[in-house]
Amino acid sequence: MSTAFNEMYLGPQIRPPYAQLESWMRAMPADLRRQKQAEAEALFRRIGITFAVYGEGGDPDRLIPFDMFPRVFTHSEWARLERGIKQRAQALNAFLVDVYGRAEIIRAGRIPPSLVYQNEAFEKSVVGFVPPKGVYSHIVGIDIVRTGPTDFFVLEDNCRTPSGVSYMLESREMMMRMFPDLFRENRIQPVDRYHDLLRRTLTSVAPQKCRHDPTVVILTPGHFNSAYYEHSFLADLMGVELVEGQDLFVEGEFVYMRTTQGPKRVDVIYRRLDDAYIDPLCFRPDSMLGIPGLMDVYRSGGVSICSAPGAGVADDKAVYTYVPEMIRFYLGEEPILNNVPTWQCAKPDDLGYVLDNLGELVVKEVHGSGGYGMLVGPKSTKEQVETFRHKILNDPANYIAQPTLALSATPTFVDEGVAPRHVDLRPYCLVGERIELVPGGLTRVALTEGSLVVNSSQGGGVKDTWVLAE
Amino acid sequence: MLSRTADNLYWIARYMERAETAARLLEVGARISLLPTAQGYRNEWESILQSTGTQDAFAAKYGEAVQRNIESFLFFDRDNPSSVASCITQARENGRIVRTALTGQVWDALNTAFQDLRQFERAPRNVLELSRLTDWTMKQAAMVRGAIDATLLRNDGYDFLNLGYALERGDATARLMDVKYYILLPRVGVAAGVENDQWTMLLRAMSLNRAFHWAYGGEVTAQKIAHFLILNPHCPRALVTCLSDTQTALARLSKAYAQGTEAQAKASALQAEFDSLTPERIFDEGLHEFLSRFIRQTAEIASLVHENYLSGDMR
Amino acid sequence: MLLMIDHLTLYRYETPARGVVQSHRLMPSTCAGQEVVAWEVTVSGGVKGGGFRDGAGDWVQGWSVTGPVSEIAVQVRGKVATSDTAGVLRGHRETISPEVYLVPTAATALTGALPTLAKAGQGQATVLGAAHELSCAVTQAVAYQPGTTHAHTTAAEALALGAGVCQDHAHVLCAVARANQIPARYVSGYLSSDAQGAGHEAAHAWAELYIVGLGWVGFDPANACCPDARYVRLGSGLDSRDAAPIRGSARSTGAEWLDVTVAVQAMQQ
Repeated sequence: MSTAFNEMYLGPQIRPPYAQLESWMRAMPADLRRQKQAEAEALFRRIGITFAVYGEGGDPDRLIPFDMFPRVFTHSEWARLERGIKQRAQALNAFLVDVYGRAEIIRAGRIPPSLVYQNEAFEKSVVGFVPPKGVYSHIVGIDIVRTGPTDFFVLEDNCRTPSGVSYMLESREMMMRMFPDLFRENRIQPVDRYHDLLRRTLTSVAPQKCRHDPTVVILTPGHFNSAYYEHSFLADLMGVELVEGQDLFVEGEFVYMRTTQGPKRVDVIYRRLDDAYIDPLCFRPDSMLGIPGLMDVYRSGGVSICSAPGAGVADDKAVYTYVPEMIRFYLGEEPILNNVPTWQCAKPDDLGYVLDNLGELVVKEVHGSGGYGMLVGPKSTKEQVETFRHKILNDPANYIAQPTLALSATPTFVDEGVAPRHVDLRPYCLVGERIELVPGGLTRVALTEGSLVVNSSQGGGVKDTWVLAE
Repeated sequence: MLSRTADNLYWIARYMERAETAARLLEVGARISLLPTAQGYRNEWESILQSTGTQDAFAAKYGEAVQRNIESFLFFDRDNPSSVASCITQARENGRIVRTALTGQVWDALNTAFQDLRQFERAPRNVLELSRLTDWTMKQAAMVRGAIDATLLRNDGYDFLNLGYALERGDATARLMDVKYYILLPRVGVAAGVENDQWTMLLRAMSLNRAFHWAYGGEVTAQKIAHFLILNPHCPRALVTCLSDTQTALARLSKAYAQGTEAQAKASALQAEFDSLTPERIFDEGLHEFLSRFIRQTAEIASLVHENYLSGDMR
Repeated sequence: MLLMIDHLTLYRYETPARGVVQSHRLMPSTCAGQEVVAWEVTVSGGVKGGGFRDGAGDWVQGWSVTGPVSEIAVQVRGKVATSDTAGVLRGHRETISPEVYLVPTAATALTGALPTLAKAGQGQATVLGAAHELSCAVTQAVAYQPGTTHAHTTAAEALALGAGVCQDHAHVLCAVARANQIPARYVSGYLSSDAQGAGHEAAHAWAELYIVGLGWVGFDPANACCPDARYVRLGSGLDSRDAAPIRGSARSTGAEWLDVTVAVQAMQQ
């Protein structure tokens, strides 16, 4: 791990964006640090920002670990990231409108049809539909890793309902509350416009039949969902209702919510629920979480759904490899942010290479998420590698592989003091009438020494992410 | 507001009040059991279960009605939906669902109660005295209620909370009074002094004994007690007070929504009946019969509140 | 041929439903060999919702009924002028790629004896030839026998039973066609019985297979033929649920009963 890029240093030198943090770190006595850490934890617990892990049982009120050492980007580093992220979000949306429309990219032979049409996230029921403003994915979460001073790679795209933005906002609140001096000494760009931009993004995609100020709601699977806190947090910030499927119903050409004063029309639904569950008449008939008839209203222009049903076809790990191609095809530009080189096990040549080099590679399920169902070759035992070899051979098309990247590390508070820990970055790009990005994102940190898995479901923590003003 | 939000708020109040009732019942039971018993008495603890309609569930799980088992059942038992632990957990969960409709202070009070409760559940039982548990419960209930009154906007959400409190409290007072009825069922051989002692215990469990003596003085009689707990609008737990609070909340809602409801009509009708009620008429009807009727009528109002506001089927 | 359709679906609810929402695929499209002369769908107490033409060219219409309601009647009445196109679907406005119909569903999963049956499609010089062979194989493998299967019987189960109704035939054909990389879809519609073809239900189902160069071609393994002038095509999907003429959901706690009567009569022209 000594080879990984530590974002605070360049050789023996402290990099300028971290200069002040370095002295802050040195000046902080251990007992103050522990006290602040306890304070942060108590605050998080009190406001109820918790994270339940699927299928693990245990404490449903588990806190996501918060590391007080911020991660910093310079203005110019961010400028490049921002251009790259927006470019990518735009191309992904162009791709979605295209594959549910004329499918030019497939006709042009730039992406194999089977990858799209036989993809389980391809939604037959929205073929021919162009959502308002031509946007399918309104909140694009793009996971980015860094391997050197100027080397950034996109690890994956999240076009459906990327989560974690509440941690970005709460981490900032926490830091400003605990260390106001840091914000006086450093010129840190604010992220608190996010909810305002999100609301504007959502109202900008009001449906065709809406001729008034649109009513926006957030649709949650319910209070047992691990991200419920985030759903309620965002609803509160935006001043919109947080609804469950049972709170909404279809009547005539519109969707209404059940209120104490009778039905109230709903125009835009920011859903945090998978496609399969949103309408039992169209998708899974056993879903109790959805709204019967929603898709008919949606397709006839009576309501907008964000992200649009079908958006998932753009973000699986096999389609991912074609995103640079999408950027060239739709925007006529070269990608600003590179993909991680990826081998698709569905291709015989790639499969051969992957099987020969399993010990060095990271292998992921095409539809997997949350760090589950993946193999990190260099960190695995021989047995684990062999188990995975069988899995891949049984269903090659379900796997992709990437080189094990030397993820950058940033200083992180640990029991012994401060030590480098690996991080990634998830910025949240908003796409509506305009494309917006707040200067910041969610930095996830692998708290275990040497670990590369940053997922909160696997013991990862979060940090505040700073973008410095010019 | 969303009907489901209104429902969650209403149930926060009902569960908090119910937790308090469970604690008060425990206290009544504990105190009554300290009194010298006369032959022919039923087991006082059993009467407490009877008044809450949970004696069968209790018997199935614990068998004999001894204090320790009752404590477990009324305080800790998650299988008993009316136990303090169940109620506080439910109140907090309802609060978590509508976290954004509450102030930080209200959420804090609910969440603190829940976190404390989990500490109790981990502690060895022999260090937890009954009085500590009941005092703690009443304190938590007061903290939540206080935070609501001090910090919440006086909007429709506030009305639904008050509605929940008022309906649950009226029901609870009626049930607590009815405990007395169960205890005294075999009237034969009961000395008047013992009866008065038990009324005093009841007042004490409701934290109302001093208020009672200030207001009425002299001997404790059934008539005075009935007047105090049923008809005296100064008494915060009196049925008439709860009914008036119910009526106020419903009237505010009707006004805010510019729409009257069956719930409001029903509450008004009941209140009109109370206006002409006297202790004599109550005893003519029979105290138990009167209380049973009140409990039933309160349940009818609650069911109309559900139908009119909480079910989401309002047009 | 001029076909008169009278299709009544009756829903009854044990405890009154507090609301009902339906999504209909009950509107035949006009295309070669099928001209809609008159068509009307009514839902008792219903409010017409949003309607749109989906990617596969079918008109989808939403309906809702505000409860409480104990009974709902969905009445379809219409007149369609038909002619024989030898099963070939032409002039049907659709934008969806046939490749979408290569995906198996729960009802058409390639399990049990289906892969063996699918071999009937091998060794044919043309895809059309293979399609005919597969349809024949399905006709032979699954006897028409009402009452042996139910609404949720899968293709593999029906094949194991060796018996079923038109829904099962269509499912089995979709499954084996897709196994041969031939896009296949389930079609729902009406069939007019004539003197020879008696015995089949008037609410009918068959399959369409995509033949490059020809387009979608209908195959009715239940009747060992391709759809002709006796057929009215309503809509299509990946399987029977996906192509269902009526999908609905009621907010009701009690039991629900369904009664369907369909009459299709050919009028002399």
